[in-house]
Amino acid sequence: MTSAPGTGGKLARRGVPLIDGIEKVTGRARYTADLDHADALVGRILRSPISHGDILSLDVSKARALDGVVAVVTGDDCSHTYGVLPIAMNEYPLARGRVRYRGEPIAAVAAIDEVTAERALGLIELKVKQLPAYYTSEAARAPDAVLLHDDKPGNIERDVHHQFGDVAQGFAAADLVREELFNCAEVNHAQIEPHASLSEFDPATGRLTVQTVSQVGYYLHLMLAECLEMDTSRIRVIKPFIGGGFGARVEALNFEIVTALLAKAAAGKVMMRLTREETFLTHRARPQTDIKLKLGMTKDGRMTACECQVVQRGGAYAGYGIITILYAGALLHGLYDIPAVKYEGSRVYANLPPCGAMRGHGSVDMRHAFECLVDRMTHELGLDPFAVRRANLLRAPTRTMNDLVVNSYGLAECLDKVERASGWRERLGKLPPGKGLGMACSHYVSGAAKPIHRTGEPHAVVNLKLDFDGGVTALTGAAEIGQGSSTMVAIAVAETLDISLERVRVIAADTAVTPKDNGAYSSRITFMVGNAAIDAAKRLKSVLTAAAARKLEARPEDVECLGEVFRVGGGDQSCLSFADVVAAALVDEGAITVKGTFTCPPEFHGGKHRGGAVGSTMGFSYAAQVVEVSVDDATGLITVDKVWVALDCGHAINPLAVEGQIQGSVWMGMGQAMCEETRYLDGLPAHASLLEYRMPTIMDSPPIETDIVESHDPYGPFGAKEASEGALAGFPPALVNAIANAIGISLNELPVTPDRVMDALIQRRRQARLAGSLKAVS
Amino acid sequence: MHKHSPPSTKRLLKLKLNGRWREDAVSEQELLVDYLRDVTHLTGTKIGCDGGECGACTVLVDGEAVPSCITLAVRCEGRNVETIEALATQGRLSRLQSAFHEKLGTQCGFCTPGMIMAAEALLRSNPTPTDGEIRTALSGNLCRCTGYVKIIESVKAAAGVTS
Repeated sequence: MTSAPGTGGKLARRGVPLIDGIEKVTGRARYTADLDHADALVGRILRSPISHGDILSLDVSKARALDGVVAVVTGDDCSHTYGVLPIAMNEYPLARGRVRYRGEPIAAVAAIDEVTAERALGLIELKVKQLPAYYTSEAARAPDAVLLHDDKPGNIERDVHHQFGDVAQGFAAADLVREELFNCAEVNHAQIEPHASLSEFDPATGRLTVQTVSQVGYYLHLMLAECLEMDTSRIRVIKPFIGGGFGARVEALNFEIVTALLAKAAAGKVMMRLTREETFLTHRARPQTDIKLKLGMTKDGRMTACECQVVQRGGAYAGYGIITILYAGALLHGLYDIPAVKYEGSRVYANLPPCGAMRGHGSVDMRHAFECLVDRMTHELGLDPFAVRRANLLRAPTRTMNDLVVNSYGLAECLDKVERASGWRERLGKLPPGKGLGMACSHYVSGAAKPIHRTGEPHAVVNLKLDFDGGVTALTGAAEIGQGSSTMVAIAVAETLDISLERVRVIAADTAVTPKDNGAYSSRITFMVGNAAIDAAKRLKSVLTAAAARKLEARPEDVECLGEVFRVGGGDQSCLSFADVVAAALVDEGAITVKGTFTCPPEFHGGKHRGGAVGSTMGFSYAAQVVEVSVDDATGLITVDKVWVALDCGHAINPLAVEGQIQGSVWMGMGQAMCEETRYLDGLPAHASLLEYRMPTIMDSPPIETDIVESHDPYGPFGAKEASEGALAGFPPALVNAIANAIGISLNELPVTPDRVMDALIQRRRQARLAGSLKAVS
Repeated sequence: MHKHSPPSTKRLLKLKLNGRWREDAVSEQELLVDYLRDVTHLTGTKIGCDGGECGACTVLVDGEAVPSCITLAVRCEGRNVETIEALATQGRLSRLQSAFHEKLGTQCGFCTPGMIMAAEALLRSNPTPTDGEIRTALSGNLCRCTGYVKIIESVKAAAGVTS
């Protein structure tokens, strides 16, 4: 690996442990549930026992009268809807008039202890009139189905019709056209930290302080102001340590608003800790998805056309749904050069917990279907999967048909690396029976170029403070959730200023202290906040250089900065230490504060067509991976023996963290591919524990060999792009392709659990027997 | 967290916690994890599930790794309980803590205390474990961030076993 032009690269080259890692390994890190709450009331939520119904009456008088109960709130206490998309806010923090899924919050209590709170919930009397409930997209879309939302005919949240290029002509030009159906189960983030929120309302000052698990504190801040009818200036949202997000905490969540409503009603402090079951019910994860995909290919492996219909079962409320259904179509583009793409997507309401954003947002199930079908057609044409990918590469820089801009593109190198590392050419077809190799590619955005709230502000702002102590404090709204974003900011600042990492301190995500930031979503932080941090550090450097020049009686352009030493270049050996320069800079000025910003220019904001902003980014990450499996055809059990993955992240600002992100995302793709699945029985979750929701344990987890490709993005910070999501979507298809290679069976449903594998094997045996019998007869 | 109202029957619990003997009045139903977090304010031990599923609450009781969320506090009478807070001596990280930090065996950090305590129990009884022994010892501890690759590397580094 080489460092990007213009960077010192000292820190980056070796990779550094997380700057908040010591607190984590010592147990000193305080997560929301660990915060001091000895004086807090206990908050609990009453949830709907039915999937769909009209609330006829809700009587909380007995609960309110119970000794030890300080506050009870219901839908009557908040008449404002909330949500992440300004055009799709159709959810109340506590149901009003109608409940639309089992587990939807209806009322909440704040009491002196848990037992009292639970007892109070039991005293709330709810009368409902049940309505028909729909648990599948098909049932919800039936012509006579009751509408979940009156303004959404057919229970469709959003239909998307996009066509780019001439699909009919593309299929006509193909030597092989195939169409298949795929189905991917709903999955959940299952971050290990259950949801929690601590809210304090001070009636004397009228201020509300919320410490919570949010990945995007400022969204929550805005929603709290709306729902509590408070001035935004009286609210402060602080992010403590967060035990994982993966998209679960990108939206303002109902329990966070409910906790604040309780705190305000109780005129005090309320701690809300959700159980694991409630954490699952809060959901906002990847929807169950049905895909019908048709592809055309020439006999030399050129893709000629793609036609696709996608139906996502989005749950009871809008959430991020419109974005998810748009992403699935938009990210058909940007990976390969396909001359014609037609996409039809439907996001459907159903009486289940609302889906939302999850790592690889919108792209994963679509990519799975695509890479599986390409693999099958490749084999049908007698071609090699790597050769087919290479026949369809883009050439950067380029603009896709749907107006996404590809500025850097390291997919070819990713392919070379995993092909070599896995021994693909030597080993494919030569493995023992029951073993197989499969491959797939994927990509993802480095931050949405067009933000959700289009306010005209920069996409990211970082403040730096330098004072008498010589410490540089970086203030960023970017939420560190374990992905290493604070460490990335520290490295960007330290490298730009050429100072030691230890001199930099990062304060992240406190809306009273740090500049507003769009938060940890769409893998935007490295690209956007990294650029803002570099910009801020450059400004600080010029302040320091000017101060050194004054002190050295030289022109600023003649001053050299060598690590933490400043001197006049060329001969003069008089040097100033960093402390000397800081002291000089503070004269007449006092503490120095500088600001850096980053803005995505409009030319990167995507197409003008409806929904055209979704998928737009300044930098796509690219990944290729090879999966090796063993399949036991007596039990259907699949073992992943090894994964080789290469990811083009432009430039690895912190290779250690990049590796960790690649491994974690590949592994999360493995969970979705092999065993993870949320299941509901008449709306009742049957998966709402970490035993029932089967994620891979350490026993099931293979070695994941990572390779970092650096395509040096022209706009990324030091050339960097995202590294946390791009590799995820490649795993499920690489696995399914490997299974096909191992046992000759093509699976179209995720997850590929042993029972699904067995069903396919049994069906094949039956067909073989039938064919044998027919042959005997004829 | 205030669990019980009105206070249920309590009894005196005497145990050795992180090297010090102490006595506390605890209810008979009190879980060890709640005792540790709410009574002794040692919040390094985490709660990640509704009981016995994730391993985030793993502590050592007489050197054995146990999930403190399905262990009654009163069962620890007279016993030696160690939590993540005990591992760093005079501010010096233990070998496992250093390795998890240096090798990025921790990302969000929520499973980390339990993961390190389970690994600590392993290394005390088996100082040079194989990959398979590491996997078995940590099989009750869920991590959602790392894919376990760097967790295994961290334990091996702490044990001085190179890949």
